Amino acid sequence: MTSATIDPAIFAELKDTAGADFVCDLVATFADEEAPQMLAELRDALAAGSAERFRRAAHSLKSNAMTFGALPLGELSRTLELGSLPADAAPLDALQAELERAIQALKALSHG
Amino acid sequence: MAESGARLLVADDNKVNRLLLGRSLEVLGHRVAMAENGRVALEMLRRESFDLLLLDMEMPEMSGFQVLEQMVADRQLRDLPVIVTSSLEGAAHVARCIELGADDYLPKPVNPVLLKARINSSLEKKRLRDQQKALVRRFATSEVAEDLQRSGFALGGKRIHGTVMFCDIRGFTSITEAQTAEETIELLNTFYTLMFDAITGAGGVVNQMVGDGLMSIFGAPLPLADPCGSAVRAAREMIELIEMLNVERQAGGRMPLKIGIGIATGSMIAGYTGTHSRATYTCIGDAVNLAARLEGHTKEAGRPILIDGPTAAAVSDALTLEPLGEVALKGKAAAVPVFAVPVA
Repeated sequence: MTSATIDPAIFAELKDTAGADFVCDLVATFADEEAPQMLAELRDALAAGSAERFRRAAHSLKSNAMTFGALPLGELSRTLELGSLPADAAPLDALQAELERAIQALKALSHG
Repeated sequence: MAESGARLLVADDNKVNRLLLGRSLEVLGHRVAMAENGRVALEMLRRESFDLLLLDMEMPEMSGFQVLEQMVADRQLRDLPVIVTSSLEGAAHVARCIELGADDYLPKPVNPVLLKARINSSLEKKRLRDQQKALVRRFATSEVAEDLQRSGFALGGKRIHGTVMFCDIRGFTSITEAQTAEETIELLNTFYTLMFDAITGAGGVVNQMVGDGLMSIFGAPLPLADPCGSAVRAAREMIELIEMLNVERQAGGRMPLKIGIGIATGSMIAGYTGTHSRATYTCIGDAVNLAARLEGHTKEAGRPILIDGPTAAAVSDALTLEPLGEVALKGKAAAVPVFAVPVA
């Protein structure tokens, strides 16, 4: 299950180059500070009808997802970044579900 | 120095990206400061000294594009190398960064091997640029260095007082007829190498190479304390170098080389002529014509170095010159005093 959510090779390389302890902290920063903010920004931007804010937040989330090897999350974010403002919050619910899966897997991997 | 100890600034609004890039750079041995948007980055660049900027494009308050635009317009920041790190989609964005002066582009997530290579390459380029600036400063007053650095070059001239030298190989046609084309090219390369050495060593600038001849200027674009003395010193060394080359040539059964040198001093217009993409630094004035005529007269006079009155007046204390009297030179209405410079 983990292998589908997080690409193990990318994550291993990240640990190799930046150090295991550093990556553990980085995962915590992403999971506890950044990702919830980005998700909230996406929901706010959608509610406000701001396509530009929505695109930026999706871009940011994509960037971090790719860094951690969270490829499905990255792909979902990329679709949101490049597409037009969605009609409802359904794509964001799907994104949130994938984000939670990714964070769980990242925490497991970084402590492992 | 390019390997470590460099001071880098990372500008990225995304905290995870910023921390990770900072960490990767520290692992490579660099010192890292961080800015969370373009405005903060620009403030830090203007306040502190950095060797390199790693710049994200999409940032609130001030984007990477705006930072690049401001840097181009700022003389202090224009030369600072910038590597753009971005996950922006599309080649158009990358092209725009490069057009705005970015040195390089690294897509995110940043590959650590590429990161290291590009950082080292950019730092090396900066080191060479800094060295070049220091070199200009060493040979010029700070005003001239500042002027060159600010305007690079501008077409058009200004009036200067300087010394011009023409140098030519005597009987070059018969030499080329006696040897292969490859040998001629090799001979010319050797000739130019030796002449450049003597001229630039004395503070002159070679500004034209035509066939087997060259023109050089002493006292422009950078002023020299003693342009006449420098030009005459260069000329005597050129003759010496040719004599050394001739020993080698004659040992190989080849014809010796003879050169003629004419030197004149005076007021002239110095500047860049040509187009903006292809220009030559050159001088125009009576002294230029006279130097060319004096060089042409060396064969008839049987002396390798001929100089005009003003040059002679400046070097007569240091050297015993041979006055050749007033000579009517081609293209000159009145006869002019000519002096031969002794050679070793």
